[in-house]
Amino acid sequence: MEGLITMDDLTNEDIHSILADAERLLPVARGETYLPLLQGKILGNLFFEPSTRTRMSFETAMKRLGGDVVNLGDVKTSSVVKGETLFDTIQMVDGYTDIIAMRHPRQGAARYAQDAARVPILNGGDGAGHHPTQTMLDLFTIQQSHGTLEGLTVILAGDLRYGRTVHSLSHALVRFGCRLIFASPDLLRMPTEIVEDLREHGADVTETEDLLGNINQADVVYMTRIQKERFADEDEYAKVAGAYKLHARDLDNTKSEMVIMHPLPRVDEIHPSVDKTRHARYFEQAFNGVVARMALLCRLLGIEVPAEIGGGDA
Amino acid sequence: MSEEHNMRRVTAIKNGTVIDHIPSGQALKVLELLNLSGDTSVPVSLVMNVPSKKMGAKDIIKVEDRELNQFELDRLALVAPDSSIAIIRAYSVAEKLNVNLGEEVRNVVRCTFSNCITQNLREPLPHRLRVAKTDPLTLRCHYCQRPQDLDELIHNLL
Repeated sequence: MEGLITMDDLTNEDIHSILADAERLLPVARGETYLPLLQGKILGNLFFEPSTRTRMSFETAMKRLGGDVVNLGDVKTSSVVKGETLFDTIQMVDGYTDIIAMRHPRQGAARYAQDAARVPILNGGDGAGHHPTQTMLDLFTIQQSHGTLEGLTVILAGDLRYGRTVHSLSHALVRFGCRLIFASPDLLRMPTEIVEDLREHGADVTETEDLLGNINQADVVYMTRIQKERFADEDEYAKVAGAYKLHARDLDNTKSEMVIMHPLPRVDEIHPSVDKTRHARYFEQAFNGVVARMALLCRLLGIEVPAEIGGGDA
Repeated sequence: MSEEHNMRRVTAIKNGTVIDHIPSGQALKVLELLNLSGDTSVPVSLVMNVPSKKMGAKDIIKVEDRELNQFELDRLALVAPDSSIAIIRAYSVAEKLNVNLGEEVRNVVRCTFSNCITQNLREPLPHRLRVAKTDPLTLRCHYCQRPQDLDELIHNLL
């Protein structure tokens, strides 16, 4: 069975239908009702790189649906340090589990794992490549906030060069006719090949260094962390980092329904004063990781989510 | 000048391979690709920038006492996808072969991206690059999806 490696593995129709499944699964994700759809199924969590939210939300998603999880554990003590190839690791875990969630430092690792495996692979991030389960939870959050994915103006701000979440998300948003504004320091611009690719697909893309000057047009502002270690000069870092710090006072003239998202962890790019505004969505977004992954686990395991789920308000 | 005249610019070979319709100026790259540019014991003749009805101008290579195999044809497809190959035995054309780039090249060249999973040479799955564009040739790694052109790839031939 095929897994989810990049967003290209899903049609727009698939995306809509998975998001609808996720919506119905909300009471299960909140623990208001128990629905053991995945009883007897085992998820293999293979995280070759540190992860908090992605790994925990996969685990929570599986357990909320009555399934079980086995973990690779610390890479430093696993067979990987003994020089085992990814191919061999996958062969082993493939035999133990029904589905695998994987994060790996090398790009292309998820596609490689899928080619080696019989069970579906869920790509939880491969190098600076793709992170489609994050994209699904981002899309879910956007749809929850605006009731649609179509035709929105979305600003992606911060580190657009190395941030895999913004790469996957941009591709997905363009498929729904969204207008994209990329706000980043010059050093951390969206890679040219991605911008070209998006434009070839007919995308309306603007590149700028100015976040606050464009913020009033936005329906969604997607912030990312600017990593200090990417800059050789601390002064250079201080100069650009300051331009991407959102404070509640910056939001006075924004659209009232505009939402601010962030894949987290944040450092100081969103001031805590924003947390209490109607615009903040990042903590809901983090919670949505569970429900989006529940819907994906069901889809890839071929388990239908019932049309009616009791016990909640979904 | 006729095509026949082109072929006579160098002596007819008794046994070996004639690679015709190489894009003009690419013959040296083809030699490199087929490991014929360095220390080799077989005689190689080269004609460059000769007139061609089909291509305007072209290069031709004649390799004596060596018949190209499928693996070499796959490599050749990267530089000269429209070239025609004649296997010569006893001064006559014994076989005509076509080079075909196809949609994907498998185990011909290795992805150049330093962080691609295929950089671990012990990983056993095949090196796969999909043809994303033909003019100029751009291949995209099946795994990491990084686009790359021939100038980068030529150093990563398997």
